Amino acid sequence: MYGLKPDPCVLEVPDKYYSTGDYEKGVARWCPGCGDHSVLSAVQRLCQEKQLPPEKTVFVSGIGCSSRFPHYMKTYGFHGLHGRAFPVAEGVKFRRPDLNVFVVTGDGDCLSIGAGHWIHSIRYNMNLTVLLFDNQIYGMTKKQTSPTSPMGTISNTHPHGSVLPPINPVQSTLGVANVSFVAQTADWIPGHLYATIKAAHEHQGFSFVKIMMRCTKFLPEQAKQMVGDKEHMTLLQHPDGIEVDMATANLFKHTVQHDPKDINKAREYSEDPDMFYLGLYYQDKTAPRYDLYGAHNLGATPEQKLQVLEEEFDKFAV
Amino acid sequence: MSGQSTTTAGPVPATRERTTLSEHIVEIVSDSGEGAQKAGQSFGAISAKMGNGVWTVEIIPSDIQPPPRTKESASGIRIRIGSGVVSNAGDEANIVVAFNEIAPYSRIEQGAYQKGTKILLESMWASHDDEEVRENYARAVADFKRLGFEVYEIPMQEECLKVVPDARRGKNMWVLGLLCQLYNRDIEIAADQIRHTFRKKSQQVVDVNLQLLQGGFEWAGKHLDFLYDLPPTLGEIDQVVMNGNEALSLGVIASGIEVCSMYPITPATSASHHLAECFERAGGLVHQAEDEIAAIGFAIGSSYSGKPAVTITSGPGLALKTEFIGLAVMAEVPLVIIDVQRGGPSTGMPTKVEQSDLLAVLYGQPGDTPKIVLAPSTIEECFQFVILARQIAEAFRTPVFVLTDSNLATGVQPFARPKPRKEWFAPPIDQSPWPQGLNPYEWEPSNGISKRPIPGQRGGEFTVTGLNHNKEGRVSYLPEVNQRSSTMRSRKLAAFARTLKPPRIHGDDQGDLLVVGWGSTRGAIEEAVDRARAEGIAVSSLHLRFMSPFEPELKQIFSRFKNVVTAEINYSDAVDDEFVPAEHRRYAQLAWVLRARTLVDIGCFSNVHGQPMRPKSILDAIRTITQPQNA
Repeated sequence: MYGLKPDPCVLEVPDKYYSTGDYEKGVARWCPGCGDHSVLSAVQRLCQEKQLPPEKTVFVSGIGCSSRFPHYMKTYGFHGLHGRAFPVAEGVKFRRPDLNVFVVTGDGDCLSIGAGHWIHSIRYNMNLTVLLFDNQIYGMTKKQTSPTSPMGTISNTHPHGSVLPPINPVQSTLGVANVSFVAQTADWIPGHLYATIKAAHEHQGFSFVKIMMRCTKFLPEQAKQMVGDKEHMTLLQHPDGIEVDMATANLFKHTVQHDPKDINKAREYSEDPDMFYLGLYYQDKTAPRYDLYGAHNLGATPEQKLQVLEEEFDKFAV
Repeated sequence: MSGQSTTTAGPVPATRERTTLSEHIVEIVSDSGEGAQKAGQSFGAISAKMGNGVWTVEIIPSDIQPPPRTKESASGIRIRIGSGVVSNAGDEANIVVAFNEIAPYSRIEQGAYQKGTKILLESMWASHDDEEVRENYARAVADFKRLGFEVYEIPMQEECLKVVPDARRGKNMWVLGLLCQLYNRDIEIAADQIRHTFRKKSQQVVDVNLQLLQGGFEWAGKHLDFLYDLPPTLGEIDQVVMNGNEALSLGVIASGIEVCSMYPITPATSASHHLAECFERAGGLVHQAEDEIAAIGFAIGSSYSGKPAVTITSGPGLALKTEFIGLAVMAEVPLVIIDVQRGGPSTGMPTKVEQSDLLAVLYGQPGDTPKIVLAPSTIEECFQFVILARQIAEAFRTPVFVLTDSNLATGVQPFARPKPRKEWFAPPIDQSPWPQGLNPYEWEPSNGISKRPIPGQRGGEFTVTGLNHNKEGRVSYLPEVNQRSSTMRSRKLAAFARTLKPPRIHGDDQGDLLVVGWGSTRGAIEEAVDRARAEGIAVSSLHLRFMSPFEPELKQIFSRFKNVVTAEINYSDAVDDEFVPAEHRRYAQLAWVLRARTLVDIGCFSNVHGQPMRPKSILDAIRTITQPQNA
């Protein structure tokens, strides 16, 4: 960090001090008014505040509007396959504890084609910051039903309205063994969005953030309705939860005290059909982490490797 | 009934002479869990230690828990030993040790025995309490004789009970003793082997097994009216003996790879089993992913971040990995992919051998996905080729395949003990600052190679993408950019090909027929060629170990032979199939590729029996193909 060392007479001159611009790359090609822009700004601000070295930071994504994200970050990025961001990110983190790894995924990417990986990534509980851009529609392929589209959504694949109830990603994530961090935020409340992403990054483990997103292009009515609807939105508050400033808190008409250690209450909130709760649903700082297992035997020397090989050849010797 | 069989109950003269052999094939068959495989492996190890050539292969039941004393439950092992080098499992067995009378049936169905094969049969079933069992036994003995086998009824149970209270555990070591006498093995070496096998058990267990060994050894000396000698000629060199999957596993460690990302699949999984035991001490980890797709994705992530990784799979898993393979080619992420082939398509025959994934590996991805493919032909090469594959993958920034099969996976062969070197290991991750102005895909025009930035390298930040990209790594759909990047990825193969030497020909470098093979069939093909040449047939063979790109000068080599055929374990339409016009004939997989590559009218000899190719069947094919020339 930029600043003074504990000995105030010695100035710590960091190797390099990063400005927000050091994380910006190109011009984001999302539609005007798309929620993705807000997340990009929040993340760039987080990187700056945390002074994450760009070379030690990796954004891994799948395919979809959200997954263009790494192209707009001046860090390392991996824009891979549809639904497969999690396995790649896990492989990156497994033997590289020094890297800050973010996963950027969308409702189709994470909850449909990549659902199997999503469930298991929760259980692995590796130290990854996961941002789920949930806009309830497929945007890149031009308006098909997504697994989170509300029943009855008119789309190109369901012109008479979608016929199945949507997946509830917060509810589902809370149901998986070894879950360690689940939060919900919304792209149009920048203060809350930033605070949530920051808390997620600070959590040592798999931090799952569902971001409610507007798709102004394909679901404009819904986008307008969501942003204006204060009746169906409640802020979760708690000393152990996500801290927001006064101005942000004042945007909410409803608030409720919720202890993020209370998984039963968290599940109850996640299943409430009439209310969206924003904030930290659940956090368990003690859940076993697979990335710690991955890092536990790093640094074997060539001599150690040779010794193991000789021991093994001894076993097979005749 | 015992009056009709060739029982060897009474003592035989001690003066009888041993018949000297150059090679022999022994099978031990039993219900699973009776230790036949341990006895066979020990017998192989003892023989290898004495300086004999050995090839062993396990006979695996296809069900998990088949009912005992059924054809499905037959489990066991085949051991082929020779005075000199043995390169394959051979043709029909000479000696069969059967723990019950049912076990040989499935092997008979597979044509594993012939007239004159001696079956040494456990005789306890003749006096079993259950009348049905006694009848079965009598029927089997009669069947075996009718088929021309020589049956020797051996009181294994009775003899073992003199040493242990439960003969089911221990019969295998008694049988080992019998085989050691039969083939004139050094009993001291055998005793050492038992001490080694049971080194983690109590002294009491070791002693009991030594007594059983001695018991079998002495009983055979007194009662068998035929004994052999197999004088070793290979001398005592420092050897290791293991199967192909264990060799792959050790190759992974020796390559310096530290991540093996896999999902369980037969017959590839046992490589990960061995790795899981010792990898951790060498700084590596096996990651069991949630599925085949995640397994390769994880490996790509690891390799991208600078830790070289391998993923090990078989046919169905390969199919699932297809999209990620394309990504690794497109994004130029180094990766080692091992495919231990089995019977296909679909779930096919998981425990049986086939070489049916070649075309899928070469051409299985949508779009143009040039890649380097190696095919080990011996157990030793399974070890070496993983090390090689890691180096090629890094040097050429591309996925490299190692194609083995279940014949190599389960085949056991001794080879000279490798002397690992530090230079084989992957170097530490490069974390030096990225050279200013250097692009992440700065392709060298002559070979398509570019240096890759690894996370942690300051100044090298870029976004990997499966979308087409230019040398700066930026997405581009411009016609000339896509043409250029495709050319550069393809050029790596031409560059790699320039490093290869023409393949060695087994036999003369011209003649009537050239048999071309790849993978595990090498030993059987070369043995068949040797036998045919001894008959005066002008045949040679060529074994390819690089499947993409091929070794050079193939066309020139082929032109010196009147006929060229491939011998492969995969499907082709029979050449004389009356329902398949010649122009519609579908060829074996290597034949397809060689025909396209060389414009030579190459034929093929192939089947999908799920069995290792036998030298005899290849010899028959050689005779048939060369007959017009001989006549």
